[in-house]
Amino acid sequence: MAFKKKSKASQDIPTSALPDIIFMLLFFFMVTTVMRDSELMVKNSLPNASQLTKLEKKSLVSYIFVGAPKDQARFGKETRIQVNDVIIDAESIPQFVMNEKAKMPEADRDKIMMSLKVDRDAKMGVINDVTNQLREVNALKVNYAASKRVR
Amino acid sequence: MKKKKNRQNSEVNAGSMADIAFLLLIFFLVTTTIATDKGVAVMLPPKAENQTIVKQKERNIFNILINSQDQLLAEDQVVEVDQLKELVQEFVINPAKKSNLSEAPTKAIVSIKTDRGTSYEMYIRVRDELNYAYDELRARQMGVSIEKFQEMEEFLKETVQSDVERREQELLEGRMDEVKKVIPKMISDAEPSDIGG
Repeated sequence: MAFKKKSKASQDIPTSALPDIIFMLLFFFMVTTVMRDSELMVKNSLPNASQLTKLEKKSLVSYIFVGAPKDQARFGKETRIQVNDVIIDAESIPQFVMNEKAKMPEADRDKIMMSLKVDRDAKMGVINDVTNQLREVNALKVNYAASKRVR
Repeated sequence: MKKKKNRQNSEVNAGSMADIAFLLLIFFLVTTTIATDKGVAVMLPPKAENQTIVKQKERNIFNILINSQDQLLAEDQVVEVDQLKELVQEFVINPAKKSNLSEAPTKAIVSIKTDRGTSYEMYIRVRDELNYAYDELRARQMGVSIEKFQEMEEFLKETVQSDVERREQELLEGRMDEVKKVIPKMISDAEPSDIGG
């Protein structure tokens, strides 16, 4: 008789586990997301190809972006090259490759791979300039990024 | 006798869990883009001074030219991209032993020459077509379908844990290397021309 009050079940949803769930979410994001280290300043819609090769060791890969600048008032309409956060000329690519190599462990430096993310509207002229510069510094492994096309 | 009822329900109300999970699922579906860490792998030639010039027989080279209008010229004939695969395969294998096609698959070289004005999309298209042609030849050599061949290549790149799978991988790698020796993929970029601007 003294317990009568208590027998009425509480109508509230127990929310004590909610913070745990939110934390789990947070950790999940922290673990899985990779921060984009450079903001794209050039247009970059990749071409399609069916026979693709996967980039294997991410630590050996450096990215070069090629495409028409988004900010045409500042950089003009011509196709430009972007590495990290800056737009550069093809002549500066050896310098960039050297810097990238310097960041890598000594044993792996010759295995450097360049991933070229080139806009599908780009012309081969610029790409040849890039590849010629890459040949200069012996960075010969190149991967032209492309999205999957089903045959 | 009422004691049983007095005990409070100590279970967590899990009714809304499903909603949360769905929310999560939808959130991921909307926000994630599949990382484009795939592409067309190309090995560049070493720089011009370091090259040793080896004269190749004319019949062993399959010349592809792409001009600034994205038109294709394969062995001095105007062709469409779709025709390229068959032409290259015939050139590499040379089943009829024609004198103008390659002597043997091991000697066949495909050369692509582009112009400054050639579109990148076209170049990748041609590269892809060549890769497909070679993959198909290799698959045929191994006696499997092209889909199976691609699966095998992907399997080789996986890191496996169990010993059984590892042994399987080693076996497959041996077979793969053999095929690559019989039909090596030699595609080279010729020095580009500067005409079309």
